[in-house]
This record gives sequence, structure tokens and C-alpha cells, in this order.
Amino acid sequence: MPPLAQRNLFHDKVRLTVTLTGIVFAVVLIVVELGLFVGFTQTTSNLIDNSGADLWVTSKNVTYVEQGFPFSERKLYQIRAIPGVADAQKYITHWTGWKRPDGGQESVQIVGFNPDSSLGKPWNLVEGRVEDVKRPDAVMVDELYKQKLGVTRVDEVFEISGHRARVVGFTRGIRAFTTSPYVFTTFKRSQEYANLGEAQTIFVLVKIAPGADVQQVRREILGGVKDVEVFSSRQFSRMTQFYWMFTTGAGVAVLLAALLGLVVGFVVVAQTIYATTVDHLKEFGTLKAMGAPNSYVYKVIIKQAAISAVIGYVLGMIVSGFVVHASQRGGAAILLPWQMAAGMFFLTLAMCIGAALVSINKVTRLDPAIVFKG
Amino acid sequence: MQPAIAVRKLTKTYAEGSAGVAALRGVDLHVNAGELVMLVGPSGSGKTTLLSIMGCILTATSGSVRIAGKEVTRLTEKQLPRIRLEHIGFVFQGFNLFPTLTAGENVELMLDLKGLPAAKARKRAEELMEQVGLGEKYESFPSDLSGGQKQRVAIARALAGDPDIILADEPTAALDSQTGRNVMEMMSELAHQRGRAVVIVTHDSRVLDFADRTVRIEDGIIVDSGQPATLPAPALMTHAFPQHALSLAGFFANPLEYRL
Repeated sequence: MPPLAQRNLFHDKVRLTVTLTGIVFAVVLIVVELGLFVGFTQTTSNLIDNSGADLWVTSKNVTYVEQGFPFSERKLYQIRAIPGVADAQKYITHWTGWKRPDGGQESVQIVGFNPDSSLGKPWNLVEGRVEDVKRPDAVMVDELYKQKLGVTRVDEVFEISGHRARVVGFTRGIRAFTTSPYVFTTFKRSQEYANLGEAQTIFVLVKIAPGADVQQVRREILGGVKDVEVFSSRQFSRMTQFYWMFTTGAGVAVLLAALLGLVVGFVVVAQTIYATTVDHLKEFGTLKAMGAPNSYVYKVIIKQAAISAVIGYVLGMIVSGFVVHASQRGGAAILLPWQMAAGMFFLTLAMCIGAALVSINKVTRLDPAIVFKG
Repeated sequence: MQPAIAVRKLTKTYAEGSAGVAALRGVDLHVNAGELVMLVGPSGSGKTTLLSIMGCILTATSGSVRIAGKEVTRLTEKQLPRIRLEHIGFVFQGFNLFPTLTAGENVELMLDLKGLPAAKARKRAEELMEQVGLGEKYESFPSDLSGGQKQRVAIARALAGDPDIILADEPTAALDSQTGRNVMEMMSELAHQRGRAVVIVTHDSRVLDFADRTVRIEDGIIVDSGQPATLPAPALMTHAFPQHALSLAGFFANPLEYRL
């Protein structure tokens, strides 16, 4: 086929620029918003997904990980007695206040874990070791929040809820979905920071024995321990994600912004391809007069749309790549898994071809007698 | 031998408000292979409508149209492009070339529609461009060609489909007289040497001598048909294209230049 689609597309460079700008805008906006959505979603369940636990035991009516209510730690021993439980550890997450060197207060989430266990410990350490939290007053924070908390280096001392806190290490990439950074410390110390009683815990993390069935163990814990809920990590993770992303509306807002990007891209592409089609209407009429079936004409228009989609996608992904990279050191990580990048290609293609349908409708109704008009 | 084009009792009415406009009112016409017929008449007489219906671009309100022996009035909109592709080549007043394709690619486009593979289409297009004397202009864009050259490319494109019938709507209107005659010589060759049925709508009285038969249409009916010389002289002084218009004084000053 002679290169009619390509030539028509590149003939009017101004219009092509407008088309590509619209597509790039749509691609970048959708990628950023979906990337934020994916990033936010992962962030909300960070603690659960990286806990190493198979089951989470909570008090009743808990729907997300920040919502935990204290219960007696005696239940820990009941849980450990359940067949199929390889390990069970107490675990705390609790909001409290961090005093900055300048006297200001910041809200933080204390995360208390057993450093002698594999369950619930911090990950991605860039300075210090997990065992360092056993040192007196030791805490660990993420380097992302250094400025927020007024921390510059390890061994600096701060105040949490009237108690000393010495920074002994930093992690990287452990973001909190809320504005309150996680502060990792031993379980016992976290009870002090959280003003909890000595015999209380917020969660019990459970690791099942090899070969044991997670649901079976779950049922046995529910049957053997009173007044608790038991969730698989996956289930609790989804619940926490759902709460933050949809119950609060945060995720909906992000998805709506992504949808807006799609609509804007669609409208811009539809308008420019339509304008190009109208400009070339007499040529399409000539094609029809020559005996071209409608499908031949459609192919020309769709090819124009597809070429625009490919170029716009590539440019859009390049820009998106820079944005994603820049976000990695920020408070909100934009994630771009390869599945999303691939899906974005097909979405861009569908957007542009869908936009071309408006023009196809015009050409379908075109009267070939237009060729006789001078 | 059956005519290439056979039109019988053809009517075409355009609906316009509460009253329709009768563009054609019972037209009978046949055009044989190897014949060059010119349709003449005042503006709005129905010439282009008749050409459009013969070209399967417009549908008739009633009557019969047979193209290469096939009755086309009963065909659906989806079937008509096939008839055009197989039997009809068009040459337009405005050339209607694709400005973003080269001259050669314009011809290749027709061959692509006929389903020829790219390499064969290119070869055939080169042959056709040579035949119309524009071999060296294959890679030129229409914007780089003169009016006459564009029209020759259009003729090459029309021929690319190997049609039985060539329909031309005022092919010389945008050309100077010498170029127009060159184009007409080509059209005449298509009819008389290549055996095509050629129908030309024209206002240009300078080219009537090329016709085997001239058919005059007024108000949607054929009022006269015959050799150009047999038609009444004033009947041929229709509205020539302004830049090539000849004054009446010019006509009477040198009547021999205008063979009637």
C-alpha cells in the first residue's frame, strides 16, 4: 500500500505536534496517576507484606493495620500451642509523637517487633543492623524522613512520648502512606513509647510450619483463642489497601485523575485526526470513486491513528520514566511495573484508534460525488 | 456486441424541501467500446449527474444502467465500488491527485486497490507513466507538475485499473488550449486505439472535434445527439471555462479555428 497514511500524518507537522502532545500528555498523566495508585497501594500494606508472617491475629473489628486495639499478650501463648504454628511473635503499631531538635512535634508510628525473630523486622537497611535495636533506647527510621524528624546521622538522641530514643540505623524505601513515618524498635520499648501496659500487644504475627495449611491453622486459632480475628497476610494486606485506597477515597481520586488523562488524550487525538480527515475528504472521496471499499479507507485512517499512538507512547514513556525516577526519593513513590508499561501501550493504541472512529464515521457517510465538485 | 454503457429511461430526482428537483428525466444513451462521446449542455443540465450515475457514484431514481452488460441499478452500496474498480476509470477536472504521494505513487495506489503486490505495482506504474510521457516525473510530487502533467498522471492512474470505460469530467477545463488538446489526443487514443468507451463532460467547444458523437443535454433530457458537425452551431457555444473563454467576436473572426 502506498504510504498514504504516513504521508498524510507527517505532511502537516503542526497538527502532528498537537496530536503527539495530546497523546504524550495522556500517557504521562495516566502513568503517573496509575503509578501513584500502585505505589500508594503497596505503601499502605508495606508492614504486612514485609512482615514474614503467614497470619495476623488482631482484636475484633480491625480492618486495617493502623487500626489495631490492644489485647492481652496471654493469647500469644495460646496461639503458640496451636498445631501448625512454627513461630508467633507480639507486634505493635501505634501512633505517637516525636520531638524534633527544634522543639517541634511530628506524628510517627511506632513499630515494635522481636529482633530475635524473623517476624516483623525492618528491611532494606542501609546503615546499622537489625540487632542494633537491642541497644538502649535504640530506634530505626527511614532515611526518607530524616529531614522531617530532624535526624542527620546515627547515634543522635531524640524524645518519643517523653522517653529517650537513639537512632541506630536507617532503612531505605520504607514509606508510610500517612504522613507519619515508621519508627522501628523492640517490642518492649514500643510498649513504653505507646503507653501500653506490659501485658498488652496489638497484633500477634504467626509463621506456620512447613507443610501446614494456612486456613486450617487459621481456623484452629479462631476456635482456640477467644475474641480475636485471624487473617492471612494476603487477606489483611488487601483489607488495608482497600481501606486506604477506597474507603478514604484517596485511591478513587487518583484513578479519576488517570481517567481524566485518558479522556483528554482521546479528545485531543479525535479532534486532530478528525481535522486531518476533513482536510483530506476529497482524497478519500477520490479513493471511493476509484473503487476503494470503505475498509480500505478505514485502514488509512486507523494506520494514521496507530502510528500516532506508537510515537506518542514512546515519547510519553520516556517522559514518564524521568518522572518515575525522580519520584523514587520523594514521599510518594510512583511505580511502573512492566505489566503497566505494556498495558499502557495497548491503552494508548485503543485510545487513538477509538478516537479515529469519529473520523471513520465521517468517511463512511462521505458521498463520493464530492469528487466532481471543483 | 453489447454497448459498454447502456442507459435506458434514466431518471434522477434530488429531493429538495417539499418538491424534488428532476436532474434527469428519462435519458436513453448507449456508448460503445472504442467510441468517444462528449456530453455538452448548459450548467445544471444534468451532464455531471448522468456521468455520476454511469460511474456508479450516484444511484438512479428509476431506469436501467448496464455497465459492461451488468445491470448496476439493483446493486447495493457495498457492491458498487467493485464495479467502479473493475470497469471504470475516472479523470477529474481538478485532477484529484493525492498531494502527499508522488506521481508514481498516485498510479500505484490504483494498482494496490486492484490487489497487485507492491513490486509489480511499481513496475506497472512505471510503464504507465512512460506511456503518458512522464517516466522521468515518477518521483515528483503533484505540486511540482504543470496542469497538463497532472492530468496525464490522472489518466495513467485511470488506466492503471485497466477499465473498459473512462469517464472524464471537464478534463481540459483547467488547462491552456495546447495542453488541453494534448490531453484530448490521449483520450482519443484511449478510445480509438485502445478500444475503451470514453465519455467526457465538457464545456470546452475547442475540443469537440475529437468526439465521435456529441450528446447535448438540457433540463435533464437529451435534446440532440450526433456528429459534432451536425449539431446546430449556437448550441455549442456553451459556457467555456473563463480563462479559456472565447469571445463571440473571436469566434466569428476566425470560424475555421472552431470546427463544428
